[in-house]
Amino acid sequence: MYNTTSIRIYFDKIYALWLREVKVFFREKSRLVASTFTPLLWLFVIGSGFGSSTSISAHAVDYQKFIFPGIICMSVVFSSVFFGSYIIWDRKFDFLKSVMVAPVSRSTIFTGKTFGGMTNSLIQVSILLIVGLIIGVQFSPLALVQTVVIVLLLSFALTSLGLTLGSYMTSLEGFQMIVSFVVFPLFFLSGALFPIDKLPQWLSILTTIDPVTYAVDALRNIILGIGSHGLGLDLGVLLLYSCALGALGTYSFRRMKAV
Amino acid sequence: MVNPSKNQLIQIRNLTKRYEKLIAVDNLSLEIGQSEVFGLLGPNGAGKTTVIHMLATLLNPTSGSATVNGFDILEDPEKVRSSIGVVFQVPSSDDLLTGYENLKIHALLYGVKPDVREKRISAALELVGLTERKEDQVKKYSGGMRRRLEIARGLIHNPKVLFLDEPTLGLDPSSRETMWKYIQQLVKQEKLTIILTTHYMEEADMLCNRIGIIDKGKIIALDTPARLKSMLGGDIVKLKLKQDSNTDALKNLECISKIESVDGYLLLSVDDAKRNIPEILKHVEVESVEATSPTLNDVFLKLTGRPIKEQAEGGFMERYVQYDKH
Repeated sequence: MYNTTSIRIYFDKIYALWLREVKVFFREKSRLVASTFTPLLWLFVIGSGFGSSTSISAHAVDYQKFIFPGIICMSVVFSSVFFGSYIIWDRKFDFLKSVMVAPVSRSTIFTGKTFGGMTNSLIQVSILLIVGLIIGVQFSPLALVQTVVIVLLLSFALTSLGLTLGSYMTSLEGFQMIVSFVVFPLFFLSGALFPIDKLPQWLSILTTIDPVTYAVDALRNIILGIGSHGLGLDLGVLLLYSCALGALGTYSFRRMKAV
Repeated sequence: MVNPSKNQLIQIRNLTKRYEKLIAVDNLSLEIGQSEVFGLLGPNGAGKTTVIHMLATLLNPTSGSATVNGFDILEDPEKVRSSIGVVFQVPSSDDLLTGYENLKIHALLYGVKPDVREKRISAALELVGLTERKEDQVKKYSGGMRRRLEIARGLIHNPKVLFLDEPTLGLDPSSRETMWKYIQQLVKQEKLTIILTTHYMEEADMLCNRIGIIDKGKIIALDTPARLKSMLGGDIVKLKLKQDSNTDALKNLECISKIESVDGYLLLSVDDAKRNIPEILKHVEVESVEATSPTLNDVFLKLTGRPIKEQAEGGFMERYVQYDKH
């Protein structure tokens, strides 16, 4: 009896933190529009622009479809890392303080927040998948389920990364640093926009350590059937990154100052 | 309760918070009992908020400790947090959520059971007069309404202690009075220990039954508002008498402790001038009356020998400086 109650209370707390993030996400219209618009811009402008002069010769797909999985991952990279680092706002407006003064452990706060970030990413990806259908990308129900799994894993890892960074930052000035030194490298080095098979060695090394590479590759495998690694390797690496970054985030939240 | 023999709900023992160069709270010891409304009164930067933050387990003391509701702030922080409600200096509810949603989320965070949750939320909204605005987003609330929502939020889990950190800071005079009304109602209705910080003497005077004046992290005076003010000989009533007025009758009035004649004016030291002026005026004929009450500044000046440098309204700078330090 005592146990079921305390378990229910635990899930209530996670639910509360998650609910707040999702409600805010839907009400912060400008954030929602901007974060959906940017990937579309890439998909259509870069996709069509480069598509007219570039062909991915090894695989018989046009360039726009080739980068589609990469653009999905792009939207996850941006939304997840930003989501995490938006915690500076929560701190600035003292919302975080009001959560920390509640009887909620730091790891619970971290978990609730991360679930919120994953949900936000998933909503954005859903919009992109619909756009994908329109431009002629086809996927089976199985592929859809697999895509969701990969997106959630990547989003978990990167939301954790964003929350970790956000927990160390005290001002918004650091935010631009995150964009330049975290978000863009994660995206550009992932092979979202180019095949990763024949890269110069220095680039290849960077690409190999970028977790997003594995999500892009997995999604290419799932949606287009043209991955460079096996799906098992992609999944394994993403799981590893998720565990490591999740642990790092929990640790960072535990040591984060409340005031 | 862990400590049933003690009637003290909060015990602070040698609490100290030291930053690199500054001692924010200096070896502070204090006991606060059940159902007290205790005021921590002091200028900006005196350490009031730091005390609250330590008692609320948001900040670890450099040394010393405290218990809240019998739980040690260092050993049992989650139990301390379950026992308290905190209303911060700057409203911390989420702007994009409605008043109701803010309360619901906090009820969930505090583990309020589902069978009483809705009832508790309605009661809290009712108590602070926000029932009709509960479906509005908080960004549409006025400053006073936001503060009241914070209070409702602080009460949602039936805490033993409610901390109010500068509850009327930055409010216009009429919102401030409304706020006082709600706080007084709260004291009457709920069996609650309240600790409030303020730098307004009149606020502490009106709401608290005991006041600790704090300066540079130390409590420099601790007493009921009436006795603190009587240190200064009460209010000063300045009378300009009509020519032939006889002042003998004033000497027999109990409320007057001292009579002085200065520059053609009569200066009376009066206990609770607001209430007693009509009585005084029955005995003398006057051309003009002027009453001044001792302010925090006067009490403070008397205790420290220096006036309070009133900073720009805010406490924001105080907050900002603390923020910057970490």
